[in-house]
Amino acid sequence: MDPKMQTRHLDFYYGENQVLKRVSLNMKERQITAMIGPSGCGKSTLLRVLNRMNEVIPDTRLQGEVLLDGNDIYASGVDVVEVRKRVGMVFQQPNPFPKTIYENIVFGPKMLGRRDKAYLNETVERSLRAAALWDEIKDDLSKSGLALSGGQQQRLCIARALAIEPEVILMDEPCSALDPVSTLKIEELMQELKKQYTIVIVTHNMQQAARVSDWAGFLLMGELVEYAETNEIFSRPQDKRTEDYITGRFG
Amino acid sequence: MPSHVVVDRTAKHVVLICASASFVILGAIFIFTMREGAPALQEIGLYNFLLGTEWRPGQEMFGILPMTVGSILVTLGSMVLAIPIGLACAILLAEVASFRVRRLLRPAVELLVGIPSVVYGLVGMLLIVPAVREIGGSGFSILAASLVLTAMVLPTIISISEDSLRAVPKGYKEAALAMGATQWQMIWHVQVPAARSGIMAGIVLGMGRAIGETMAMIMVIGNSPIIPTSPLSQGRTLTGNIAVEIMYASGIHRSALFSTGVILFLIILVLNTVATFALRRGLKAHHVA
Amino acid sequence: MSPKSVQKIAKVFIWGGGAITVAVLLGIILYVLIQGLPSVNMEFLITPPKGGLSGEGGISTATVGTLYLLGITLAILLIPGIGAGIYLAEYARDNRPTRMVRYAVETLAGVPSIVFGLFGFALFVTALHFNFSILSGALTLVCLLLPTLIRTTEEAIRAVPRSYREASLAMGASKWQTIRHVVLPAAMPGIVTGIILCAGRIVEETACLYVTMGGSAAMPTSLLKGGRTLSLHLYYLAMDTNAFDKAMGTGAVLIIIIIIINAVTNLLSQRFQAKMRGG
Ligand SMILES: Nc1ncnc2c1ncn2[C@@H]1O[C@H](COP(=O)(O)OP(=O)(O)OP(=O)(O)O)[C@@H](O)[C@H]1O
Ligand SMILES: [Mg+2]
Repeated sequence: MDPKMQTRHLDFYYGENQVLKRVSLNMKERQITAMIGPSGCGKSTLLRVLNRMNEVIPDTRLQGEVLLDGNDIYASGVDVVEVRKRVGMVFQQPNPFPKTIYENIVFGPKMLGRRDKAYLNETVERSLRAAALWDEIKDDLSKSGLALSGGQQQRLCIARALAIEPEVILMDEPCSALDPVSTLKIEELMQELKKQYTIVIVTHNMQQAARVSDWAGFLLMGELVEYAETNEIFSRPQDKRTEDYITGRFG
Repeated sequence: MPSHVVVDRTAKHVVLICASASFVILGAIFIFTMREGAPALQEIGLYNFLLGTEWRPGQEMFGILPMTVGSILVTLGSMVLAIPIGLACAILLAEVASFRVRRLLRPAVELLVGIPSVVYGLVGMLLIVPAVREIGGSGFSILAASLVLTAMVLPTIISISEDSLRAVPKGYKEAALAMGATQWQMIWHVQVPAARSGIMAGIVLGMGRAIGETMAMIMVIGNSPIIPTSPLSQGRTLTGNIAVEIMYASGIHRSALFSTGVILFLIILVLNTVATFALRRGLKAHHVA
Repeated sequence: MSPKSVQKIAKVFIWGGGAITVAVLLGIILYVLIQGLPSVNMEFLITPPKGGLSGEGGISTATVGTLYLLGITLAILLIPGIGAGIYLAEYARDNRPTRMVRYAVETLAGVPSIVFGLFGFALFVTALHFNFSILSGALTLVCLLLPTLIRTTEEAIRAVPRSYREASLAMGASKWQTIRHVVLPAAMPGIVTGIILCAGRIVEETACLYVTMGGSAAMPTSLLKGGRTLSLHLYYLAMDTNAFDKAMGTGAVLIIIIIIINAVTNLLSQRFQAKMRGG
């Protein structure tokens, strides 16, 4: 089966500072790919490149290809809005808008031009169910998104990302601001979501990568040192540097 | 092209046009006042205009030295009181006062900014002018104007000084206190010197406000275009000169008033540049530290 | 002198500064209210002033003039002011044109009211033949207030967390959609505070209006008619007549308006700060 997303010889620069070096990576459909690596190695950068959020930052440069279903998302004529609609993103800090829960979720569809009430209502329920939040807050849809607990806020953000029916979901350390119970909930949720979506997650937490992912990649100073199936990489790392990192003998 | 791209581009251009409005207005002000003022400067000559001691429009005498001196005197006069009071109040707000005192004092300072200048002028006419009259003269005087201005420039000095006192890094202050300095020693020998540039900026901007004040000055200064010889004598400011005469002036007289505006504009430009410079330097000092 | 006694003297100096500031403020407010409120009654509010050298009558046309001027000025001011604020906060890169705009905004903010008046007098009153009118006054005020609104708008927009923008963009919203539907709503209380600040300035401003509005005491029936604001009215009463009681009455009305405006501004900005902290 062809990979859902692919990077080929990806170089990325902030100004003169190169933070991704010839990264080639396949992300399989309906699988969870985890990126691990020490702080500052370029994990977040790689993730942002996958839905062109890097373009928000001025003075950056990219070389190489990023393919979604075999088509380069950076090719000229490709609409960035279309890319971001297909590749959703969940951030490290839960960041609901200071609007009601309902408005948070219908925001994306509305921006993409969907106006009919029935569809929007249906989307709210579907997304909240998919994010395992529906039962907890179905009676509070007009409450502010900021009034929820941290874990609920993060699941609201996941629901919000699901509302635009993406194909790929990018998650940048989605649990690092959460307590263990909420973390567990999100990890369970990811197992559910992967039945339908392709997921790429960045995490600092090696156990988490081992628990949730099917594939794992180890980034070091912008270089993809090793990329393999998760149990492979954790039981039989091929590269000395990977081994050092996952056994904690590193940085 | 997708429609959202078109909307995006249009929006960007619209806000860009909005942003250039300020620049256009600034340019237009400069050009208009210059153009209207130029004939007078040509006729009178820059030297006679700036240093002439007689302003008698009826006799075609247009020297603005009396007004320049008047403006400078009331500005300096107001600073004599406003600087110590303002600095003390800023220290109180930034360092000494409890949260509750601050919560009362800050709105008071803000309210001082909001009071219309004609109200300051009116209170000056009815309270300060009669009081000055007790000392001598008509009461309408440089002294009365300086006192009215003191109240008007206080908030500028206070709020900018407070901000820069607050911006002094905690580390400095704690180091001083840890070495056994009293709170006042810490404030006077560490905090105030560190905030020096910002305090200077506050004072300079306060002077800018004083030079620019118009209506309150007209109401208490007497408006005689003479070089004041004592705090009790009358005078006229550059701003007042314009406001009092522009409505009926024509020809070279009108042009001379516009030239007065140009001078005022240039003075403010210099003061603002000095203040901006001081503020930037203040910021830099803390970044290095 | 021992450090202890210096400290004591310093305390007197510091608290003295605060006390004088409060005393000046309370002194002015109480004096104007006590002297002015006795002449403020219904009749005073709804009778037109006689105008000219007569101090008789009330303040009805001046009140209408103030409101009229307020409405027109804000109507013209809002789009360029907020638009420029958006540009500086969201689009401006650190390049030459941006620095020129910033320099212009900073400089304009310091230009004295009477210089704006001269400009308005030369351009609007004379060159464009709007004569002494509400319109000339309003356009002059727009030039004067633009920097204030631009600065407050820019600050309010900058206070909106970046994460809101990222979330919106990541969902496929375009830049303008993000500004329009996420950033501006979040910044709205701050922007409204800025607008109220401008309203306060319109009420208190006198010098630039003195030379552009003409000061007619009649009811302003159109944009191209002259008129007077409450502040201008006070000035005419104080300088051209002996009706100091009426001037004080007008002053009392002005002070009350300004106190209300300040209270609303404070309330709003507290709310805004709480909101930005995620309350
Ligand atoms: N906006 C930016 N401008 C310039 N340099 C940046 C920017 N963002 C990140 N960098 C640099 O790029 C490198 C990679 O950053 P990135 O955020 O991708 O690392 P990361 O692996 O996600 O780290 P962390 O685990 O701490 O989140 C870092 O050296 C960082 O300093
Ligand atoms: Mg990161």
